[in-house]
Amino acid sequence: MMQFVGFDNVLRLFNDPFFLKSLKNTFIFLVVQVPVMILLSLILSSCLNAPNLKFRSLFRLAIFLPCVTSLVAYSILFKSMFSYEGIINSFLMWTHIVSEPIPWLSDPFWAKVTIIIAITWRWTGYNMIFFLSAMQNIDKSIYEAARMEGVSPTKQFFFITVPLLKPVILFTTVMSTIGTLQLFDEVVNITAGGPANETMTLSMYIYNLSFKFVPNFGYAATVSYVIVFFAAVLAIMQFKIAKDK
Amino acid sequence: MDKNKLNRALMYLFLSVFSLISLFPFYWMVVSSTNTATDINKGKFSFGDQLFANISRLSEQVDLGLIFWNTSKIAIISTLVTLLISSMAGYGFEVYKSKVRDRVYGALLLTMMIPFAALMIPLFTLMAKAQLLDTHAAVMLPTIASVFIVFYFRQCTKAFPHELIDAARVDGVKDWKIYLFVYIPVMKTTYAAAFIIVFMTSWNAFLWPLIVLQSAELKTINLVLSSLSSAYFPDFGIIMVGTVIATLPTLAVFFAMQKQFVAGMTGSVK
Repeated sequence: MMQFVGFDNVLRLFNDPFFLKSLKNTFIFLVVQVPVMILLSLILSSCLNAPNLKFRSLFRLAIFLPCVTSLVAYSILFKSMFSYEGIINSFLMWTHIVSEPIPWLSDPFWAKVTIIIAITWRWTGYNMIFFLSAMQNIDKSIYEAARMEGVSPTKQFFFITVPLLKPVILFTTVMSTIGTLQLFDEVVNITAGGPANETMTLSMYIYNLSFKFVPNFGYAATVSYVIVFFAAVLAIMQFKIAKDK
Repeated sequence: MDKNKLNRALMYLFLSVFSLISLFPFYWMVVSSTNTATDINKGKFSFGDQLFANISRLSEQVDLGLIFWNTSKIAIISTLVTLLISSMAGYGFEVYKSKVRDRVYGALLLTMMIPFAALMIPLFTLMAKAQLLDTHAAVMLPTIASVFIVFYFRQCTKAFPHELIDAARVDGVKDWKIYLFVYIPVMKTTYAAAFIIVFMTSWNAFLWPLIVLQSAELKTINLVLSSLSSAYFPDFGIIMVGTVIATLPTLAVFFAMQKQFVAGMTGSVK
């Protein structure tokens, strides 16, 4: 029967090494992946928005296509590509970028890198579409004037494009943050949380607590509120930062 | 050689490299479905002759037809029901005026901010109490009242010519008939975009079906793929055939309705 345990579950969080590790991992994914992806999709969309670009729709199609795959299917693809003797290591050895294969899936550091590469592959094109449609609304004459004044394309990007796209950047950042906080399908299917729980995320830990270990719904629910808490705090923070600038 | 030309060349290079990176896993998936597991693990990236062998070994291990049917059934039923219910709600919120309307709507929108991770345990216990665990109904029920789709329809209904409703009412047409025969035909493109959002979400669902489905004969393609690839020595030859099967329907939907697809995936509201 249900029983009120007060703050026991909350106190347990602070002494739970698995929780602390999955919290840390989730934050590493968040802090590295979201900015990299947002910046990459911003650069891609401003390239695609350049005047007189050839093969524009072809590039756009290619970069958007990863969004069509299911999370499970693409995770499995990445798992097979990043295996020790797999295609990625073969390529890196063949081009002499590395002299020894990288232990993508079995090393704590590289396993995180693999997950980050995978998520970035899947979602960059998705975010790019938001930026592209927002860029259509920017008055072309602003860039025309900047060019006349001799402003370099890099400066145009940082001082015209980025400020004008601020609301969309905010929106995509908040959405990506909430998405990454709930990261589950990729880690389950690429690394299964391994090696030694080094890619275990909060969502995966909640799943394990409820359905893999001896079910403990009460404590699992407490962990899930940690996600709610951070989603709310980070969203508010991002809105505040966007307002100040 | 002026700087402008160099910049342009770099831009084309960047776009080409990125497009290749985006496309390569698709190529890898198709090529690998024709190779043996050993070749895949060694990174062979040319076509082999193992496609039929892989297909027949996959169908020995799992009932492909049944799994495909389970996944399609869930995706199609939940898409149709979601479109009906959520579009009605979106229509209602925009067309019928009341004092509490905006407050209810605000509360509804706020629920979008709650991550699924926080909902899955209460939902699971709810399904257990309703004795729906291990049924397809349990997979579909939590998805059919989609706040996002309600929001999407309400936004799009703002552009719907309300005079049509008034004119029909003057003619004595009943409200449900206005919705069915005036609203739905006019909003065709909105329905198409919403169809894609819901269909993709349902076809790609993993965590929730994983929680509620236990019987092998009820499982969807993502669950089967995930358990095949988590084996100690995964047979990637047959798994790649599976990923092709899992990806083809969504690719087909994408190429058939590209414009609505992009509009739907990004929920863009004109």
